[in-house]
Amino acid sequence: MRQAFIDTATALIEEDPRTALVLADISVSAFEEAALKHPDRILNVGIREQLMIGVAGGLALTGLRPIAHSYATFLVDRAYEQIKLDLAHQGVGAILVSVGASYDGSSAGYTHMSPMDVQLIDTLPGWTIHVPGHPGEVPPLLTAATTHDDPVYLRLSTQTNDIAYADASLLRPVRHGTKALVVAIGPMLAPVLEATRGLDVTVAYTHTPRPFDTTGLRALAASGNIALIEPYLTGTSAHVVSAALADRPHRLLSLGVTHRDLHVYGTPADHARHHGLDPAALRASLTTWLP
Amino acid sequence: MTVLDVGPLLRRLTGDEKHAPSAYSTLDVLWVLYDRVLRVDPHRLDDPDRDRFLLSKGHGPAAYYAVLAAKGFFPHDWLDDLAGADSPLGHHPDRLRVPGVEISSGSLGHGLGLGVGTALGLRAQGRLEPRVYVLLGDAELDEGSNHEAIAYAGATGLDTLTALVIDNRSASHGWPGGIASRFAVHGWTAVTVDGRDHDAVEAGLRQARDGAPHVVVAVVETKGS
Repeated sequence: MRQAFIDTATALIEEDPRTALVLADISVSAFEEAALKHPDRILNVGIREQLMIGVAGGLALTGLRPIAHSYATFLVDRAYEQIKLDLAHQGVGAILVSVGASYDGSSAGYTHMSPMDVQLIDTLPGWTIHVPGHPGEVPPLLTAATTHDDPVYLRLSTQTNDIAYADASLLRPVRHGTKALVVAIGPMLAPVLEATRGLDVTVAYTHTPRPFDTTGLRALAASGNIALIEPYLTGTSAHVVSAALADRPHRLLSLGVTHRDLHVYGTPADHARHHGLDPAALRASLTTWLP
Repeated sequence: MTVLDVGPLLRRLTGDEKHAPSAYSTLDVLWVLYDRVLRVDPHRLDDPDRDRFLLSKGHGPAAYYAVLAAKGFFPHDWLDDLAGADSPLGHHPDRLRVPGVEISSGSLGHGLGLGVGTALGLRAQGRLEPRVYVLLGDAELDEGSNHEAIAYAGATGLDTLTALVIDNRSASHGWPGGIASRFAVHGWTAVTVDGRDHDAVEAGLRQARDGAPHVVVAVVETKGS
């Protein structure tokens, strides 16, 4: 996904004089050649994430469409107040593109992880949040985000599904059943499909948890049993699902990265197991919960 | 019109008969900017080639509002309902509510980064005439975000940027060695002036040179004195 972002952003800078890229040392070498050609619109501020967002806000105030990019924990967690005040509060937007989703950086430790980024962005009004599940989903999402001025968060991961879905801004059913709706967001689709093999459930996929497709949710949730499987902090979208179904009796199971600092390294697969997000643990949680 | 004419407008905002206009640390500097320096026009608020003035130190914006009203950016009667339920004017300015206000500020340490981005955005679009002015307070410099912006702007020679630091010695731990040196060490041109002397403030602002961002430290009375 990171390479898809680099290729698409490079092309956008080349083709659209309104786009600008702000970096804070992360991924700078990947844009080195393009920066020689467009030094005014590919800017590396050094290891200064507060400034990266402030600069993005300033660029947007002059009419440009800034893309700011770093590890999620530095881009979002560290610069949260800049995101809150330097962008939408000023009446401008930006495209924030992160790498290092949740525990992608597991071997680097908790300092390089951000399972809470989506929940942090979700505290702010007006943001679109994309969590692609496949590199092929990245170029159209990034390109579409450059055609307007609203705030967009694009969260890239090294965890990927087997296929890209071009039309997954809304909930897209990929398996049909009767007992429950299982919503898989972004790269959770692959483990969810494995975990639900042979179960009588509908599996629906989206790469866009905000705005959440509540119309599609209501249409697909006839059983009243909804499992929400998210690749970031558990329950991040639970409030949206609950509000969308407030007029109906329903049962909601929320699974995602648990609220724990594990103080362990290892691989992303290890961390998926620690948080109960590997196919075996997901299947156990679902079968225990299913009516 | 002189800065003395701003006094009655300030009193409409604050209802304060006791304090003279000089009680407002930023008043003279703001007056010099809007009266002599900034190329801004209340009738052409969206002119892309206008100078940009960013009030980073959003606290106590009475002098800012009074100067904007005096210069015709909004009706004087707006001044009579500061922070009222329907008032566009609050205790920190909101750019979406007040004509001529370039940034919404209040939380300290945001204006200089936005100013760096604004200067870069103008440059990227070939707009080399407008200058970007950012007004900060000496205590505001405590916020580390300023130092990210100071170091980067200096290292890259962002010469359409001017910072103005109102120094009323309100930083809790002070700035031993002076404020100007914090900028100069990063390659800024820096000058320290009497923040009540209009000619000195203007001369300081006009000392900006090609190749480096510029800072004017405007010294006023110590806060609370």
